[in-house]
Amino acid sequence: MTLEQATLPAARHSDLDTVEAEAIFIMREVAAEFERPALLFSGGKDSIVLLRIAEKAFWPAKIPFPVVHVDTGHNFPEVLAFRDRRVAELGAKLIVGSVQEAIDRGELVEERGVRASRNRLQTPVLLNTIAKHEFNAALGGARRDEEKARAKERVFSFRDDFGQWDPRNQRPELWHLFNAMHMKGEHMRVFPLSNWTELDIWSYIEREDLEVPSIYFTHEREVFERDGMLMSVSPYLQMLPQEKTFKERVRYRTVGDMTCTAALRSEASTIHDVIAEVAVARITERGASRADDKFSEAAMEDRKREGYF
Amino acid sequence: MDLLRIATAGSVDDGKSTLIGRLLYDSKQVFEDTMASLQRASEAQGLEEVNLALLTDGLRAEREQGITIDVAYRYFATPKRKFIIADSPGHVQYTRNMVTGASTADLALILVDARNGVVSQTRRHAAICSLLGIRHFALCVNKMDLAGWSQNRLHEIEDAFRAITDHLGVEQVTVIPVAAAPGDNVVDRSTNMPWYEGPTLLQFLETVEVADPARHAALRFPVQYVLRPQRDEYHDYRAYAGTIAAGEVRVGDEVTVLPIGARTRVTGIDRYHESLESADSGTAVAIRIADNIDVSRGHMIVASGHAAPAATRFTADLCWMSDGKPLCARQQFWIKHTTRRVKCMVESLDDRLDVENYERLASPECFPLNEIGRVTIKTLEPVFIDPYAISRDTGSFILIDPATHLTVAGGMVREVLA
Repeated sequence: MTLEQATLPAARHSDLDTVEAEAIFIMREVAAEFERPALLFSGGKDSIVLLRIAEKAFWPAKIPFPVVHVDTGHNFPEVLAFRDRRVAELGAKLIVGSVQEAIDRGELVEERGVRASRNRLQTPVLLNTIAKHEFNAALGGARRDEEKARAKERVFSFRDDFGQWDPRNQRPELWHLFNAMHMKGEHMRVFPLSNWTELDIWSYIEREDLEVPSIYFTHEREVFERDGMLMSVSPYLQMLPQEKTFKERVRYRTVGDMTCTAALRSEASTIHDVIAEVAVARITERGASRADDKFSEAAMEDRKREGYF
Repeated sequence: MDLLRIATAGSVDDGKSTLIGRLLYDSKQVFEDTMASLQRASEAQGLEEVNLALLTDGLRAEREQGITIDVAYRYFATPKRKFIIADSPGHVQYTRNMVTGASTADLALILVDARNGVVSQTRRHAAICSLLGIRHFALCVNKMDLAGWSQNRLHEIEDAFRAITDHLGVEQVTVIPVAAAPGDNVVDRSTNMPWYEGPTLLQFLETVEVADPARHAALRFPVQYVLRPQRDEYHDYRAYAGTIAAGEVRVGDEVTVLPIGARTRVTGIDRYHESLESADSGTAVAIRIADNIDVSRGHMIVASGHAAPAATRFTADLCWMSDGKPLCARQQFWIKHTTRRVKCMVESLDDRLDVENYERLASPECFPLNEIGRVTIKTLEPVFIDPYAISRDTGSFILIDPATHLTVAGGMVREVLA
C-alpha cells in the first residue's frame, strides 16, 4: 500500500447512501413546495423503492400525500394485491385512476387487433386523475438509465397545461436547486430516483429487505412466444393461430400491463439471485420485457411528449 | 463503493460522444439490444461501422442533426466505483448546458483532437469547469491515431493545456493520450503508444481521489421541512428535516438558528428508525433541538461561533441562461438559495468574463444568453450564504423569472457586501 492510499479517508458514503439521501432530499422538496403532490405507484420495483424513500423522508410522520395508481384493468392480480397491502401498511391514501371505467364511460376507445394494448390509454387517465384531484406534482419512479429519452429528463420535469413534455424547452437544473414554480393548471413530474440504476434498485431492495410482488421471482407460467419475447397467456391478449402456448419457468424484470410486459426464462428465486442475474444481463430491462418500446427508435420520447409517465 | 460525478466537455467534432460510447462499450455497459438499435441507426445514416456517438445522443432532433443538444446523464459502474457522467454539448450556444452539467461534478473530462490541439473551446470549457469549482481535470488527447501516435505532439498539447490550468489555478491535472474510435487507452491499454506509461482513462477514473480538503468545516443545515407527526405515540415529536450542506453535526452541539440568531443545543439526530450520534455533509436527517424556537423552511441551523452571514447584498458570478430576454441592471427575480426563496434585484452588472482569454472586461449594458459575469445582488430578506469557493451548496443559487417561472440564471457567491 502506498502512502497516498494509507491516508485516504476511511469512512465514505456508499453510492447507495448517496443516491438515497438525494432522493429523500427531492421528496422533501416536493412536500414543502407543492400544495397538492401525489406519488405514482405501479406496484413495480421502482415505485416500491420510491414509497420506501417517502416513508423515510417523513418518518415518524405519515407520508403527507396520496398514492395514485393508474389501473389499466390488465394488471397482474399479484401486483394489485401487493399494492393494497403495502398502502394499508403505510396508512397512506390510495387513489385509483381506472382505464376500464374511462372506456365504460365512453371517454376512451379500446385498441383492437392482436397487438392491442392499453399502454397508450394510461396517459389520458393519468392526466385526468391529475386534473380531477388538482395535483400539481406527481412523483414517479422513472430512472434516467432506463431509456435514452429519459436520460435527458430533468428531476423536476415541467408539464404544460396539456400535460405535455417539451424536451427542447426544459428548465436548466443546477446543483441541488430545484425550481418548483408553476401556474395553475401546470404541473411537475418529479423523479427522485433519476440517478439510480436497475442494479441500485435491487441492491436497495435487498438492503432494506423490501417486499416485492411474487412475479419478480421464478414461477411456472403458461406463455407463448411473440417477437422473440415470452408473453403470459391471459384473457387480455389475443393470440394468433400459429402461436402455441407452453409452460415455462419465468420471472418478470419489469412490471407493467399484462399485454405489453414480457417474461424472461429465469430460475432466480431470491433477491440475491435477481441481483446476480441483473449484474451480468446483456439486454436492457426495457428491451427485454417491453413490447411498447419497440415501435420506433423514439417511442418513449413520443409517448413522454404526450404526457406518458 | 463510492460515486464519482464527471462532467464531459469538448468541442463539437473532437469525438466526445464516441469516447463516452467507447467507455460504456468496452467496460461492457452497453447491452445487446442497445447495440442492435445502434447498428440499425448507423446503417440508416449510411455508416459502415457502428457509430458509438449514437449511444449518447438520445433525442430525435439530436440524431437527425448529429449533435448533442441537452445534458445527458449516463451511468456505469465497475467493481471499484459507480460513475455518473453529465455529457454536455460543446458548442458555444450551449454554454448554459455545460454550466449545468459541471455544477454537480467532481471531475472535468476535457477532450481535444490531437491534430488541432488546444483550441478556443478548450479554453472556454476549462474556464467554466474551474468557475464551477471542479478541482480535478482530466485531459483526453483524442485521435492520437490520426496524429501518428506522436509523443512529441502529446507533449506540445500538454504544455499548452497546463499553461491554461496554471492560470486558472487548477492543481490536479492528468493528461491521457487516447484514440476513442479504435479504443486505445480508453479501457484497454494501447499497443500503439508504448512510450505512455500512465493509466488508461478507466483506470484513472476508478482510482482518482476527489475528496475535497478545503471542504467547509462549520455546520450548515438548511431546514427543508418541519416534521410534526399527528400520531399518539409521537405526540410531542418535532424535528427539522433537511440535508447537511456542509460540516457535521453531533448530539449535544451548540447551534444557532438563522435568521433569528437564537442559540440552542442539538438533542437528537434521527434518520428513519435510527438515532445517530453525528452526521456529516450529504446526509439526509431530522434534527431535534432543546428549545422551542420558531424554525421553519428556509431557516438555517449553523455551528454557533461560525454562523453564515445573513446577507442582503453580495457579489456573484452569474451565467445568464434565458433565451427570452437579456439580463439588465435593476431587474427583479426570485432567488432560490438552499431551501430559501426570496425576492431579489440584480443591482448592477459589474464585469463580464471573457471565457476564452480569461480577462474580466467592462460589463456590457445587458447580458445576452450564455454570458458569464460578475454582478451585485440585493435581496429583500437575508440569505445565509458562504463564498462558493468554500462551500458549493451554500454558495450557489438560481434566479427564477417571476413572470415566466423559468430558471434564468445560475450563480456563485463571491463576496458578501452587507
